[in-house]
Amino acid sequence: MSDLIDIKVNVNGQLYERSVEPRMLLSDFIRFELGLGGTHVGCEHGVCGTCTILFDGKPQRSCITFAVLADGHTIETVESLGTPEKMSTLQQAFQEKHGAQCGFCTPGILMTMTAFLKENPHPSEEEIREGIDGNLCRCTGYQNIIEAVKLAAENMDSKS
Amino acid sequence: MEKKYLGQRVIRNEDPRILTGRGKYMADITYHNMLHAAFLRSDYPHAKLNSVDISAALEIPGVIAIYTAEDLGDYWHPGPVLVPAPHSIPGITANSRTQIPIVKDIIHHQGEVLAMVVAENRYIAEDALASIYVDSDPLDAVENVEAALKPGSPLVHEELGTNIATYVRQERGNFAECKTKADHVIHQKFIMDRGSAGAMENRGFCANWDEDAQQLTIHCNTQSPSGLRNSMAAWFGIPEQRVRVVVPFVGGGFGPKVMTNQPEEVLCTFASIKLHRPVKWLEDRAENFIGTTAERVQVHDCEIAFNKDGKVLGVRDSFLYDTGAFNPYTATIPLNTQTHTTGMYDIPVFLTEFTSVFTNKMICSPVRGAGRTYGVFVMERMLDMVARKLNVDPAKVREINLIAAEAKFPLETGIIAQDFAQFVLDSGNYPAVLKKAREMIGYEDFKKNQQPKFRAEGRYVGIGLVLFTENTGVGPYEGTKITVGNSGKVFASSIYGTQGQGHFTVFAQIVADQIGCKVEDVIIETGDTDKFAWGTGTFASRGATVLGNAYHHTATLVRAKILATASRLFNVPESELELGDGMVKVADMPDKFIKLGDLATKANPMRGTIKPGTEPGLEATGFYAPPYGATAYGAAAAIMEIDPLSFNIKFHKFIFVDDCGTVINPMILDGQLHGGIQMGVGNAYFEKLVYDENAQLLNGSLMDYLIPRATDMPTKMEIGHLNTPSPLNPLGIKGVGESGTIPIPPLYCQAIEDAFNLPDLFITEVPLSPSIVYSLVEEAKAKK
Ligand code: FES
Ligand code: FES
Repeated sequence: MSDLIDIKVNVNGQLYERSVEPRMLLSDFIRFELGLGGTHVGCEHGVCGTCTILFDGKPQRSCITFAVLADGHTIETVESLGTPEKMSTLQQAFQEKHGAQCGFCTPGILMTMTAFLKENPHPSEEEIREGIDGNLCRCTGYQNIIEAVKLAAENMDSKS
Repeated sequence: MEKKYLGQRVIRNEDPRILTGRGKYMADITYHNMLHAAFLRSDYPHAKLNSVDISAALEIPGVIAIYTAEDLGDYWHPGPVLVPAPHSIPGITANSRTQIPIVKDIIHHQGEVLAMVVAENRYIAEDALASIYVDSDPLDAVENVEAALKPGSPLVHEELGTNIATYVRQERGNFAECKTKADHVIHQKFIMDRGSAGAMENRGFCANWDEDAQQLTIHCNTQSPSGLRNSMAAWFGIPEQRVRVVVPFVGGGFGPKVMTNQPEEVLCTFASIKLHRPVKWLEDRAENFIGTTAERVQVHDCEIAFNKDGKVLGVRDSFLYDTGAFNPYTATIPLNTQTHTTGMYDIPVFLTEFTSVFTNKMICSPVRGAGRTYGVFVMERMLDMVARKLNVDPAKVREINLIAAEAKFPLETGIIAQDFAQFVLDSGNYPAVLKKAREMIGYEDFKKNQQPKFRAEGRYVGIGLVLFTENTGVGPYEGTKITVGNSGKVFASSIYGTQGQGHFTVFAQIVADQIGCKVEDVIIETGDTDKFAWGTGTFASRGATVLGNAYHHTATLVRAKILATASRLFNVPESELELGDGMVKVADMPDKFIKLGDLATKANPMRGTIKPGTEPGLEATGFYAPPYGATAYGAAAAIMEIDPLSFNIKFHKFIFVDDCGTVINPMILDGQLHGGIQMGVGNAYFEKLVYDENAQLLNGSLMDYLIPRATDMPTKMEIGHLNTPSPLNPLGIKGVGESGTIPIPPLYCQAIEDAFNLPDLFITEVPLSPSIVYSLVEEAKAKK
């Protein structure tokens, strides 16, 4: 097999040092090397968006990113948002509005929308719809996802 | 019994785990000594396999084993028929061919397994696939169902001498005679294709054979844990009690995950037994497109006989159904088509016959909608033909032909359904659903006031309104076990698979109402065959109806035990006891109460005695079996605008009306409809598995196979409800899981035609796409 490469990656605020094969996907690195199973893979060819993580704060598809490219960078995954006991405002809104059904696409959508709301804290419904257009969900028809993001934006507003 | 939770918008118990990424799915299942499988699949749809050379691949470090057909020995045989043919129907032809785990001589479809690699990790396993050398000679492939029946066609199964898999003819009345009496008869061909289930999570399977304990543990995202347990037990000669199937959270099912005896299941289990190590396989998206199951094309030859007043006298529908290379599910899809064609219409005469045809394509099995969609499509399209012929409004034609509100339910249809029982309409008010849909969409106002304005402006804005039925909640049965624990938490288990339908909440609502506890204190356990052994599976929109009623029934048994135990404890009659807030209280005596957990402890004492003739604990097991399926129904209507340049569709309004009887949780109900509608939108305008003439799939990726995205959907799906309880079950529930999907394709056709208003634009084939509609419109304009 090919030689291993040493990488240092900050994931969810913690620094990990690992040696990985150059071909290892970032999604596999996160899931199997670091044991963070919240990042799901639905297509492994960059289309569905389920594997979306934040790479230096920007949404990125971890299934078409090599782990070695994350060397020296900062990654955030769904595990960074909240815990079952203390969910983030966005996660709470997803529960309130029934924005998840099977939950498989959800981590990718939550990460995409976390970055989206940071950039655009007062989005219109149309903008939210455009914002999740790159994430496929087979269960919800998207309506309740959009409702949830709207509610999260409102709730974040009233908190700030 | 109070209905504290039933019917309420309760937020989901499962969400905190799912939303924080803590829910475990198949990809998260792991053992320290686990091996990983990858499958070499055929590129050819039809070929003679000469040899598979694995020698080079075996040299790769990290490859543990490679198996081909010969290695399986006696375990190599075709799988069982999963759903038998409806032999009670006279004159049926039934040729069944089921798939084998690994090809030995003839390749029957692209994606069939030729070899299995087991390696230390998935990267190595996939590397090894590239080093296996396959020698095979391609054969002429059967791609098209019509051509498949012509003399001289290549044969999928040479020894059968025909490509016919099943033929079933059912007739209500006498169509030949009815035709002679009608004012008009129209003859029309329709084609409907349906595609991939496209769950966002692909399949996954992990087998762990423990040689010392002689125990097989399987993790799988199956829709039928019991079916999977039974099939693996039978295949490998292990008692069912030594096979445990555990289903983690599942990222969507929609049909194909109900299949058992799949090659990957057999082979992973085989490898684990051979190697004494856990063997896991995670399907990738490319495999999902060629190696799983999907729905596919039906070609319908239809006649409709009607009078000049718009009353339909009879319908004939003769159709071909592409079942793929094997037919383990036999006729569920076409039987569903037959039962849903005349639907809620009062059509006295109905002749329906189908020929299901083998082709060299992936196996067909039900996908959300499951055959009903085709029947609804041809019927709704035929009613639109009647409307055109008589120059009557399409909604009016439907009104004329609906079964009356006063009809004496249950109504027998004379047509045998997928559960082999006669399709019976159990309850409903069909005119009411049409009326509500017309009101919600603003039908008359649009036609009279809005549309003329749009037309004057040169805009293409049309309205559609279609109706459908959905036979749901079929047998045979489901069962549950409910236990009140010492902590006061209620543990309620069944073997049912769950794929995001909110089962952890809706069933908890039903149980909590009976037990008198908080909904979050009911822990629903699904899909672990060691927790509950009996049941069938998730299909035919039957969870809420069949399992919901099983939970209800079992909870009433536990309630009875709670009351009996507390009555003995307090020495008061049961009639003076109240259940609520997680405790049993004696009425009007505020200091006399006991918490459910404490009562559970008393019901299972560690010393002393329990009353002879009683059972320890607060626990019961119960079952529910419906006599036949409960039939939901509804309407979909839309006002849509077609962009004349891009042919993209923008919805001005979209409404859906549904009657699924008693509602458990309106939030989850609407969510089920939203998702169903989305798949219907895909069926109508986006999703098609495209095969070339050699039965080669041309669009096996999510880049090319288009699942509707957020901007493809109506901006607002407004949902309206009627609630006619089903008399078939104590809770009055009918299923809803597939309703959303069923009526969408004919809705698109009607609305698009209405938008362009061209006499020669009549759509007979779906799925559509922007370019297809563009071509149809250009053709229709040219004819003018
Ligand atoms: S899994 Fe990465 S985009 Fe689909
Ligand atoms: S919730 Fe199932 S795919 Fe989105």
